[in-house]
Amino acid sequence: MGWFFLILWPLLGIRADGLFFAQTFSIWIKVVAACAIVLVLAQLHRAGRLEWVSRPVQALGSKVQAAYAVSPKWLLATIMLALAVAYPFLTSRYGQDVAINVLVYICLGLGLNIVVGLCGLLDLGYIAFYGVGAYTYALLSIHYDFSFWLSLPAAGVLAAAAGCIIGYPTLRMRGDYLAIVTLGFGEIVRLILNNWMSLTNGPNGILGIKAPGAWVPDFARGLSLEHVWLTRPKELYFVILGLAVFTILAVYRLNYSRIGRAWEAIREDETAAELMGVNTFLLKLLSYAMGAVFGGLAGAFFAAKMRFVSPESFTFLESAMVLAMVVLGGLGSIPGVILGVLALIALPEVFREFEMYRMLVFGGAMTLMMVVKPRGLWPAKRFGKRSEEE
Amino acid sequence: MDYFLQQLINGVTLGGIYALIALGYTMVYGIIQLINFAHGEFFAAGGYIGVIFITWLSAQGLHPYVCLGLSLLLSMLYCALLAMAVEKVAYKPLRYASRLSVLLSALGMSIFLQNGLMLTQGVYDKPYPTDLTQGGFAMGGVVVSYMQIIILVLTTVLLIGLNAMVFKTRIGKAMRATAQDKVMSGLVGINSSTVISFTFAIGAALAAAAGIMVGFYYGSVNYTMGFVPGIKAFAAAVLGGIGNITGAMVGGLIIGMVEIFAAGYLSSEYKDVFAFIILIAVLYFMPTGIMGENVDDTRV
Repeated sequence: MGWFFLILWPLLGIRADGLFFAQTFSIWIKVVAACAIVLVLAQLHRAGRLEWVSRPVQALGSKVQAAYAVSPKWLLATIMLALAVAYPFLTSRYGQDVAINVLVYICLGLGLNIVVGLCGLLDLGYIAFYGVGAYTYALLSIHYDFSFWLSLPAAGVLAAAAGCIIGYPTLRMRGDYLAIVTLGFGEIVRLILNNWMSLTNGPNGILGIKAPGAWVPDFARGLSLEHVWLTRPKELYFVILGLAVFTILAVYRLNYSRIGRAWEAIREDETAAELMGVNTFLLKLLSYAMGAVFGGLAGAFFAAKMRFVSPESFTFLESAMVLAMVVLGGLGSIPGVILGVLALIALPEVFREFEMYRMLVFGGAMTLMMVVKPRGLWPAKRFGKRSEEE
Repeated sequence: MDYFLQQLINGVTLGGIYALIALGYTMVYGIIQLINFAHGEFFAAGGYIGVIFITWLSAQGLHPYVCLGLSLLLSMLYCALLAMAVEKVAYKPLRYASRLSVLLSALGMSIFLQNGLMLTQGVYDKPYPTDLTQGGFAMGGVVVSYMQIIILVLTTVLLIGLNAMVFKTRIGKAMRATAQDKVMSGLVGINSSTVISFTFAIGAALAAAAGIMVGFYYGSVNYTMGFVPGIKAFAAAVLGGIGNITGAMVGGLIIGMVEIFAAGYLSSEYKDVFAFIILIAVLYFMPTGIMGENVDDTRV
């Protein structure tokens, strides 16, 4: 298998202007070196030479998961929340920015997780809902002077409506057709945002969106309330933290409800689920709408944070990135998705000098994960064999 | 009327290119029921390899048409190897896994290859030499450029060649047999692994040829160029009935025509949207396409 990697590469080493090697060669050699290391590790692993590393790691992993399983959930939740609340007070502005990004992607990842992980429908146009949410808040804020907090539910509702519009014609299709059609819909949404000049100002985007506001008690002038704009990263962090906690709680509750069980039944075997009395069409539509809601909420926050939206932010690559996070972490598993987001957002920040290679690594990691460990870093507990056997 | 004829010729040219890409999708889908997301990247890689070799060979002082022919062959060969490598690395280990994981693996490969192209070839458009394809002749009010003629002739030759290969040769018969029933064809001694590899290679070679033609048609190539034509070609494959070779050719022509006429008469900004709408409408109202999906003899 190793030599096939050699074939992958001649392309990467050449440049058209009279077969010019030097500059591209340096990039090429890095990629080759990384692939070679991965391959060698894989070979060693197969030969059992890595047991001195893999066994303790595996033991640690299973211990962590066992501890997670037995320790009371409220305790874990309190610790996590306390850490999350304390975080911005301990870090610099840069750290807060990264954390905001991570939390936005947690919202997106968990929303997509409902569709892909729980219901088993591959959605490649998920970022469209993020875009719908962002543009909803942007337009409401610019034209009607709506506050962020009022626009948030509006963004959620509109995204859910978009989810239903996209979901209704597509859900009768087979799995892989669904993937390509959602991809097409995602592109249609982006093209509309790009070309509907009178509404969205086209590729120039919308400027001057207001930040979220808040009323804080002002003790200087007695007990009056003072209105402030939350523009600093520290303040925005708490806004998105609230949204992320809401998302996690909502997805958790959904996952273990009647609806969540029905979704998982559909994922495992649609025909059997239908026979057991699950209204598959309605529930699939619901999974689309619910997934879209969280995308829309995250989108509204994105618009409020950047105070600028343009169609550039809602490309297919963005969809693929969110999908890569969900897949890497583990389809259908909430801690898995969070882990996946941390792995794909926070780690690249650590290796900043390799930023160019980010998407390359995303793609490679996605394929590698599917080949090596298709259920992700932190697999969901309830994941049947059925959907893997075909 | 002249405008209509002009658009018709443009539409046929573009449609031929889409047909070439669509064939790869349809053959791969027919044989292993996988939407090969990386197919668009083979197309882009073909375009790049083409421009690299054309520039290099013409710097060696060869005749432009010799350059064109040689780089076409080299680029097809390269993309065939690339596709075989991708198949071995990313799809073969997942032959018995769930559909979702194979799709995700394909998507990962597509992102990987696209960014590989971006990193090494740069983010800017790479121009194709224009001296080869300048000029043309006018028939009444309609201008046909030499480039369009080259594209049309090449497309026709490739399509006829493919048809002959699939329906007249042993390996073509093996491909059809494997598409119909993998177990049964294995029992009569067909190595399905080789056949699948070969199918990927053929599809990617056609896509590489299409990549070079698009390079000439639009005058440049870009690392993202595989994405939108990829979806359109997939729409063409679905329109013709996925898995159906003749269908993919017809579907490609229709999608190309629709795009050109929509851009010419309706709105050029939304021209991409029409292809997607056709895709969605076909899947919703006529999921087996216009030529039918399960015609056993033509299913490869």
